[in-house]
Amino acid sequence: MQRRINIWSNIDWLAVTIYLVLVFLGWVNIYAAVYNEEHQSIFDFSQRYGKQLVWISAALVIAFFVFIIDINFYSYFAYLVYGIMIFLLIAVLIFGREVHGAKSWFELGSFRIQPAEFAKIATALALARYLSTFNVQLNTMKAYVRVAAIILLPALLIFLQNDTGSALVYFTFILVLYREGLSASVLLLGLFIVLLFVLALVLEKLLIILLSIGIVFIIFWFLNRKLKNAAIGFGILVFSTAILYGINVYFNLGLTYYYIILASLGFSAFVYIILSIRYKVRNVILLLIFLLSSIVFTFSVDYVFNNFLGEHQQKRINVVLGLESDPFGVEYNVNQSKIAIGSGGFLGKGFLRGTQTKFDFVPEQSTDFIFCTIGEEWGFLGTFFVVGLFIFFLYRLIGIAERQRSAFSRIYGYGVVSVLFFHIVINIGMTIGLVPVIGIPLPFFSYGGSSLWAFTIMLFILLRLDASRLELLR
Amino acid sequence: MDSFANRRHVIRFIIILIGLVFIIRLFLLQVVDNTYKVTASSNVLRYVTQFPARGLIYDREGTLLVYNEAAYDIMVVPQQLKSFDTTEFCQILDISKEYVDENLKRAKEYSYYNSSIFLKQVSSKTYATLQEKLYKYPGFFVQARTLRKYTTENAAHLLGYVGEVNEKIIKNDEYYKLGDYVGISGIEQSYEEHLRGQKGVNVYLVDVHNRIKGTYANGRLDKKAKIGSNIISTVDIELQAYGEKLMQNKIGSIVALEPSTGEILALVSSPTYNPELLVGRIRTKNFATLTNDTLMPLFNRALMAQYPPGSPFKAINMLIGLQERVVFPNTKYECHGAYYSGSFRMGCHSHKPNVNLVEAIQMSCNNYLGHVFRNILDNKKYSSTRESFDRWREYVTSFGFGQNLNSDFNNELKGIVPTKQTYDRVYGENGWRSLTLISMSIGQGELGTTPLQMANMTAAIANRGYYYTPHIVKEIEGDYELDERFYEKHYTMIDSSYFEAVINGMDLAVNEDYSTGSTAWRGKIPGITVCGKTGTAENPHGEDHSIFVAFAPKEDPKIAIAVYIENGGFGGTWATPMAKLMIEKYLNDSIAVPWWEEYVLNAEINYNAKKDQHME
Repeated sequence: MQRRINIWSNIDWLAVTIYLVLVFLGWVNIYAAVYNEEHQSIFDFSQRYGKQLVWISAALVIAFFVFIIDINFYSYFAYLVYGIMIFLLIAVLIFGREVHGAKSWFELGSFRIQPAEFAKIATALALARYLSTFNVQLNTMKAYVRVAAIILLPALLIFLQNDTGSALVYFTFILVLYREGLSASVLLLGLFIVLLFVLALVLEKLLIILLSIGIVFIIFWFLNRKLKNAAIGFGILVFSTAILYGINVYFNLGLTYYYIILASLGFSAFVYIILSIRYKVRNVILLLIFLLSSIVFTFSVDYVFNNFLGEHQQKRINVVLGLESDPFGVEYNVNQSKIAIGSGGFLGKGFLRGTQTKFDFVPEQSTDFIFCTIGEEWGFLGTFFVVGLFIFFLYRLIGIAERQRSAFSRIYGYGVVSVLFFHIVINIGMTIGLVPVIGIPLPFFSYGGSSLWAFTIMLFILLRLDASRLELLR
Repeated sequence: MDSFANRRHVIRFIIILIGLVFIIRLFLLQVVDNTYKVTASSNVLRYVTQFPARGLIYDREGTLLVYNEAAYDIMVVPQQLKSFDTTEFCQILDISKEYVDENLKRAKEYSYYNSSIFLKQVSSKTYATLQEKLYKYPGFFVQARTLRKYTTENAAHLLGYVGEVNEKIIKNDEYYKLGDYVGISGIEQSYEEHLRGQKGVNVYLVDVHNRIKGTYANGRLDKKAKIGSNIISTVDIELQAYGEKLMQNKIGSIVALEPSTGEILALVSSPTYNPELLVGRIRTKNFATLTNDTLMPLFNRALMAQYPPGSPFKAINMLIGLQERVVFPNTKYECHGAYYSGSFRMGCHSHKPNVNLVEAIQMSCNNYLGHVFRNILDNKKYSSTRESFDRWREYVTSFGFGQNLNSDFNNELKGIVPTKQTYDRVYGENGWRSLTLISMSIGQGELGTTPLQMANMTAAIANRGYYYTPHIVKEIEGDYELDERFYEKHYTMIDSSYFEAVINGMDLAVNEDYSTGSTAWRGKIPGITVCGKTGTAENPHGEDHSIFVAFAPKEDPKIAIAVYIENGGFGGTWATPMAKLMIEKYLNDSIAVPWWEEYVLNAEINYNAKKDQHME
């Protein structure tokens, strides 16, 4: 049920234009970041901006080739491409070359390529393929397990390469799953876990326990719509706590507040269960399990944090949370980045006038911290424009994804949106100190062939699918 | 079929929400908050101070006394350090490994990214050796500084010394920054603002490694350093050196002035020290040694030691008596070896019994001055002793006593001229009479004067009634004028006509034959009329101090001098020949009778005893 359509006339030229603008701005800022008086020619291929010009030209050629491939190729060979990528990710673990502590590069002569960048495309394709398969719905355990496997397998391999940042990107596919029917409560639960993790690091444990108890009572009230029951339950807890407190003081047992609260909670829970069975009150046991797991989680956060995260990762998180100050270590990068962006002011210092980026105060300024150059030289006007353009771009891509007639194309489209979104949020967020430092590039801006090509291929597959959307009749 | 299509709105909402959060954050960071702009400029702008050379100091004849020598501070930036060959490094700089460890630790504690001094003031020779190998020691660099250097080992007290600023100075004067040098005493301190010049600054752009990348804004913010002005001192370095030589093995002071200008020709305080001792790295150690020395070589006796004026003060009382018309040149008092008043007796020494005013000065008659002093205080012109004492005090202070002369030294002492309140406190308001104060008639008692004040008094007598504020600087090179106060005549309250009699007495004291009772016969110089007055200051702690003041020649005086020898006994014995030698040296540039020089140089007066006495 297909018809032939001239794909060139159906290209979404707006998206292509935005892509070209972003790539061009990226190159201009790389030029500014590494500019020095000795190498002024833009075609100086010993310099990064010269090389980036080569990567950009190649990217346009690649985009062209992506476009002339038949659209059916992408869905038919999605699993094969995914399989090859998994193979490459394993191969790079064995034969790869280590750069900055991450063993994630293949080296062919002077040419280096990072398979992890391309694995995102394969994962998006495979995920789209699986979820668009007839009869697959995100409500069976089997579907959940397979989806989790598709997403987490490359993430795990990349994590093993010691490239935590790129591995974290895969969690962004939860947005795709949400769009395709994953229960909203899973998304909320995910948010809740992140929140609890952060709070457990920042606040006193006792306070978190009290907060979770409060939250559980409020949820209970919402679910049952009976203020009386909630009040009785709360009364039982307060009463038992008071009695325990009295006993503790009277007999001078020297118990801490932890034990008093936990003991009275245990006692109350016992009473709640009996009462809920006796009076057939719903949700009580579920909420108690929820409460118990959050308390256990809260206490295990320290353990996880101290034992599963590397020292520099702990530091980065601590710095963002303001728990640790390390102005010449981890905080140095973020500080210098904020100084560079902050010193740009409203209008910026002007092209090639950025002192902070030019004199190397900002680390990794042409790759992960390229946003600093924009902030310093183009000011708030520049950053507003770039952030606005990215948001508009994502908005547009969602529109493109939504207008697809095949589920495969739509899901893939959301895959592209999620990956771009994650990169943008993390990258810009870290330069302005809102997110821990995670070394992943800013799409289309950051210097580097692998990432530029991967994002180009990823985008143009979507645009290719989009150009042919009308071929599919329904 | 697609039952979750509405969820696209949630996803779009999340994206736009985060976009807004970012834009608000960027607005706060870039537009609202200004602190980042300041931090950014301190990040890239490096202000490199240009230290100007300190002005040179010459003596009155144009002989160079103080100049500068290049010295090099080894600086370190801990962040740029790489591991290096410590053994060779220590060898070049002649330091121990412990020194390296300790000072690197200190530098790191001070700042990891900013430079601090690692080793102060290495010589140009060491610097040359190090410079060749500096590439092996990243993180170290050399900053040129200047150190004071002296052509003379004399005049330490009047030249003063230069040292690093302390926190108090930094707090009070924003010109100074940590590690800057400042004049601490003498000319170096008084003329600090002229000598130091003006620091300059070069503003450079630096990269993250502190490497200079160029000038900022084409050097528009740069300020050129202005070198310090040279100073020509009033001191005659030959005379000064001669004075210090004469004072060897003696404790005391010599001050010589040019009466017609108030210029200080020599300012000797003994014992003294070699000014080289207080320069550079050795200063701290030497300063401690000098401070602990029981003879107090750092103490500038010429300005800060207060002695009773002794008999030279008789000239002042005599002049006041003449001005108040209570004594006349032909007034005679009979002296029988003492001044008597009822049962009171103030001893005199042996001389002919019947003396007039001139002879009283010549022979330093205590009895005569006792009468004159009481005539002044018991003058019927005034209603009471207290009133006439006030009048007397005004006369005395008009010679510069009891106050800062306001010279260009910052550490002058005022000396003591008691007020009537002083006596009221001791004796009650009506409890004292002229006789109570009688010891001041011969310059003893409550009076305290510094050698500089005594020299100034002598200059005022030499000028017949006025003096110029003593000063040590003659000229500041460049367009600077000396302070007006040094060109101002200070008149005493004595008419010039009254001086002749007193000066004649001083002439006779030196030039009359010993047998006539002249006290200062040892001060005679063939061909020059020296006028002088000996003195002996009572010293409750031991042997009296030997005093002599003099000026010469009698007409058109060129030099006025005061000599104090602690524990030197009678003024005529030691102080007089020393003043004679100084005057002769200054006026004739040679000594007619070298025997006198030997006589003085060989004398050791309570010097070793005092040294030993305190050493126990």
